[in-house]
Amino acid sequence: MDKERPIRVIIAKPGLDGHDKGAKVVAKALKDAGMEVIYIGLRQSTDSILSAAVEENADIIGLSILSGSHVPICRELLERMVQRGIEGAKVIVGGVIPRADVQILKDLGISEVFRGGSSFDDIVQAVRNIVRGAQRK
Amino acid sequence: MKTDGDAKQTDTGVKVKLYYTPEDLPEFDYQTSLGIPGKYPYARGIYPTMYRGKLWTMRQYSGFSTSENTNSRFKFLLDQGQTGLSLALDLPTQLGLDSDDPLARDDVGRLGVAIDTLSDMEEMFDGIPLDKISTSFTVNSTASIILAMYVATGEKQEVSKEKLRGTIQNDILKEYIARGTWIFPPQPSIRLIGDTIVYCIENIPRFNSVSVSGTHMCEAGATHVQGIAYPFLAAIAYINEVLKRGYRIDQIAPLLSFHLIAGGIQFQLFQDVANLRAARRLWAKIVKERLGAKEERSMLLRFSTGAMGSGMTEQQPLNNIARIAYYALAAALAGSRSFNLPCFDEAYGIPTEEAIRTSLRVQQILAYETGVADTVDPLAGSYYVENLTNYFEKGIEREMEEIESRGGIVACIENGYIQGKLSNQAYEVEKKIQKGEIIKVGANRFTIDEEQREMEVFKDDPQVLKRQTDRLNRVKATRDKNKVTACLHDLNKAAIEERNMMPYLIDAVKAYATMGEIVEVLKDVYGEADQPVFI
Repeated sequence: MDKERPIRVIIAKPGLDGHDKGAKVVAKALKDAGMEVIYIGLRQSTDSILSAAVEENADIIGLSILSGSHVPICRELLERMVQRGIEGAKVIVGGVIPRADVQILKDLGISEVFRGGSSFDDIVQAVRNIVRGAQRK
Repeated sequence: MKTDGDAKQTDTGVKVKLYYTPEDLPEFDYQTSLGIPGKYPYARGIYPTMYRGKLWTMRQYSGFSTSENTNSRFKFLLDQGQTGLSLALDLPTQLGLDSDDPLARDDVGRLGVAIDTLSDMEEMFDGIPLDKISTSFTVNSTASIILAMYVATGEKQEVSKEKLRGTIQNDILKEYIARGTWIFPPQPSIRLIGDTIVYCIENIPRFNSVSVSGTHMCEAGATHVQGIAYPFLAAIAYINEVLKRGYRIDQIAPLLSFHLIAGGIQFQLFQDVANLRAARRLWAKIVKERLGAKEERSMLLRFSTGAMGSGMTEQQPLNNIARIAYYALAAALAGSRSFNLPCFDEAYGIPTEEAIRTSLRVQQILAYETGVADTVDPLAGSYYVENLTNYFEKGIEREMEEIESRGGIVACIENGYIQGKLSNQAYEVEKKIQKGEIIKVGANRFTIDEEQREMEVFKDDPQVLKRQTDRLNRVKATRDKNKVTACLHDLNKAAIEERNMMPYLIDAVKAYATMGEIVEVLKDVYGEADQPVFI
C-alpha cells in the first residue's frame, strides 16, 4: 500500500439514535490529524455503511453508538463484512459503552472501543496503530 | 471605581469583573427592568408567589421497555412523591416504526417504552387516572399521533378532554439541529405542529402542545445564549403557522412551554441563572411588542430546565451528584417550573433506579432542606447578576437577528448552517477540555487510577422485543381490519387536502391502526426529510 496515502475513515451512526455530536467531533479530530474522513450520517444500515466503506476504499469504519444497541449492531456489521467479502477495513466503535461490553465487542472482531472520556489523541493514535498493523499483515 | 482591570475570561467567553457596583447597571430602573414577580416584564418570575405557592414539579425522565414495565415504574415514582410523569419513548416509536419493523429490531424498548398501538398506551396508564397526573411525552415527529392516543386513552377512562394535563415535546426544528428524530421535511412537520396546537386550543386548553427545547441544542454544541435564541425562533415559526390559520396570539402563546438549559458541559452557575432571567424578560417583550399579545398570560415564559448527560463525567461518577446539585440550584435560583436532572451514571448507559432516585432526592433536599424556595428570585438586585442578565438579553437578541438575517431558522436548518456551527463549537469545547483549559474535576484534574471500577449498569430485558411484537400481533389479529383500512384512507385524504389531521389521527388510533401504518400514510403524502451532513 502506498505509504503517502492518508488514512481513510468512514464515520457512521448505525441504528436509530440521532445524537451525533460525538461522531462529528471525532470526525473533525481525525481530519485535523491529517486523515480523510467522511461522515455519512444518521440511521445508517450495516449495508449502507459497508457500501460507503467499499466505495471510499476506507481503512477504518468508525461507528458511533449511544443507544445501547452496540453489541447486536456490531455483530451484524461484522457478519455482513464476511458475507460480502470485505477485507482491509477495520472497525472501531465509540459511544456509551459499558466497560463490561468492551471485551465482548473486541471478541466479535472490533479493533478498538472508545468509551466516554476517550481523548482525541488516544483515538488518533489508535487509528494509526490499527492501520499500520493491518498493513503489516 | 475601576474593576475592569481584573476581568477574568470565563470558559463561556463572558468576561467577569473582580466585583460589581451600581455603575455596572447604568440604566437600571426597578419597575421597568424587573418589576414585581408575576408582573411584566416578568424578570423575577412568572407567578406572584413562585415556589411559596407551588414548588417546582419534580420530574425524572423514565420509561422502560414495555407498557407493563412502565406502568409499574410510574406507580413506583408516584409512590415516591414524584408529582409529574416524564415519559421516554423508544426510538422506533419516536420515528414511527412498529416494533416488528426490521429497522426497529435493535432499539425496541431500549431507551424508553415501545408504543405500537393505542393498546400500549391504555396498558401504560392502567390504574393511573389521567385527570390526576400530568404527563410529559418526549416525542416530536410522531407527537400528533401520541397526543391522539393520549386523548383516546382519556376517553376510555371517561376523563373529559379539558382535564388532561401534560406536555408533548412536539418541537421538530430542534430535531434537525440536534436530536435527529425527524421523519418528514420541515414544512409539513410544522403544519402538523400547527394542527396539534389548534386541536389543543379547541379541546385541551391546559395541555402544553409544544415544549420548545434549547437543552438539546446546548448538548449538541450551542452556547447557552444560542440555547435560548434558537428555541425562541422555533417557537415564533410554530406561532406564525397558527396565526396564519386565523387564531390570535393570545390563544396560541399560553400553550407553548420551553425546556431550557441549566447545567451541562458549559455550566456557569450565575451565568445560567442570568441567562434564564434574561430569557423570561425578552420573551415577554417579544410576545407583547412583536407578536401583539394583549393578555398577560401569553407573555409568560413557562419553562422547565434540564441538562443532559454531556456534563457528566465517566470518571469518578459519584462526583456527578455534586454537579447535579449545582444544576438544580441554578434552576431554582432562576425560577424554573420543573427540573429534569441528569443522573450520575449517565455515561454508563440508561440510568439505574438508584441513580434516578438520587437525582430526585437532590431536588427534594434542595426543596425541603436548604430554604432556597422561601423567597422569590433571591438573586435580584445583585449588581453582578443584573449586569449579566442585561448582557445575556442583548446576546440572545443578537443571535436571533443573525439567524433571521440569514433567511430564518428553517432556511438555516435546511442548508445546514446551524448544524455546522454547533458541531464546530462542540469540537472547540471538547478540545479545550482535553487540553485542560476547561477544568473537569476527576476527568482532567484531580484524577485517580480507577481502571478496576465497574458500576452497576441498567440491564436490558432480552425478552422485550418478543413480548412487544407478540402484543402487536395480538392487537392486529383482533382489530376490525376494514375499519383500519377506512381510517387510513381518510387520513391520506386529509393529509393531501391539508386539513387538520388530529381528528383523523384520533379515529385511526381508536381503530388500533399502528404507529407504523399511520406514519407510512403520512410519508406518502409529505415525503421524507433530507439529511444535510456536515462535519
